[in-house]
Amino acid sequence: MQNVIVVTSGKGGVGKTTTVANLGAGIARQGKKVVLIDTDIGLRNLDVVLGLENRIVYDLVDVVEGTCRLKQALIKDKRYDGLFLIPAAQTRDKMSLTPEQMKKLVAELEEEVDYIIIDCPAGIEQGFKNAIAGAKSAIVVTVPEVSAVRDADRIIGLLSAAGIDDCYLLVNRMRIDLVKKGDMLALDDTLDILGIELIGVVPEDERIIKSSNMGEPIVTNDKAPAGKAYRNITRRILGENVPMNDIEDDGGLASVFKKLFGVK
Amino acid sequence: MIHRKKSSGSIAKERLKLVLIHDRAGTSPSSNIMEMLRRDIISVISKYFDVVEQDFDVEIKNTADMHSGSSATRLTANIPIRSIKNLGRNKG
Repeated sequence: MQNVIVVTSGKGGVGKTTTVANLGAGIARQGKKVVLIDTDIGLRNLDVVLGLENRIVYDLVDVVEGTCRLKQALIKDKRYDGLFLIPAAQTRDKMSLTPEQMKKLVAELEEEVDYIIIDCPAGIEQGFKNAIAGAKSAIVVTVPEVSAVRDADRIIGLLSAAGIDDCYLLVNRMRIDLVKKGDMLALDDTLDILGIELIGVVPEDERIIKSSNMGEPIVTNDKAPAGKAYRNITRRILGENVPMNDIEDDGGLASVFKKLFGVK
Repeated sequence: MIHRKKSSGSIAKERLKLVLIHDRAGTSPSSNIMEMLRRDIISVISKYFDVVEQDFDVEIKNTADMHSGSSATRLTANIPIRSIKNLGRNKG
């Protein structure tokens, strides 16, 4: 995985923004410097997921138009010294940004930080083109549903056509109980169909709802299975070889019993 | 043998595979796979037959299998020909 990563999915509502917030906080926790860029112009949300909505003065479009200096639009996170956000403009549209402007911005930021993570809007139009313009690697987020995997396949094709072949799959909201009953697309089937490398599986976890209510990324929650999954994905991004065995631990009743009785 | 009902997960997998055949055929990043295939088939068939190029038709179809009730995907080509070439004559 390279240092400029776009998080994309095609379909909306699969957890792109949540993923960006958690990977950003996860990487910053490891002592690295990371900038998150919200490219969803007109529908910004990464600021609220991170709990930084009250600190916004300037945004992405202000930076590229030269209304402010780059440093002025970098919002510093409240929890981690190394975590910064460039929020999307809320009152503009996707056409206020061009792929060339994004490339230039990313090149400038690369000099300053260890990682840049770009939150891509849903869809395959201008917003998508802007988001992938400066990226070197991609994390494709999907959920185990026909519609989301179909869109992920389309996105992988478009990324490849744009010269981004370093693509990894993140399967979000997995429910092991349903997979065991045969009522959910299995991980192996999804991987087989999409044919890209897996970066991790995040189990369905209702604590995610609470964490976004609070504006606190779940990656910091030691008890939440989704938090553990995001911590493992973070370590994989940083180059560590972390086995995928966290997939089994769904945080459900069975795993609670296992923990109570010390069964591995 | 007792007929076991398919799980919704495996039905999802089959539906996904079918829909992706159509998606990938129509949206290949480099160019249109079906158009490339059409041109290749024409060039091969033309060695042996005089084909009516403008009526040449290749498509992917979903058809229901009568026995299993599940659907299958096939590539069908409809190739109108005017005449067969006399290859023996060319050898002189």
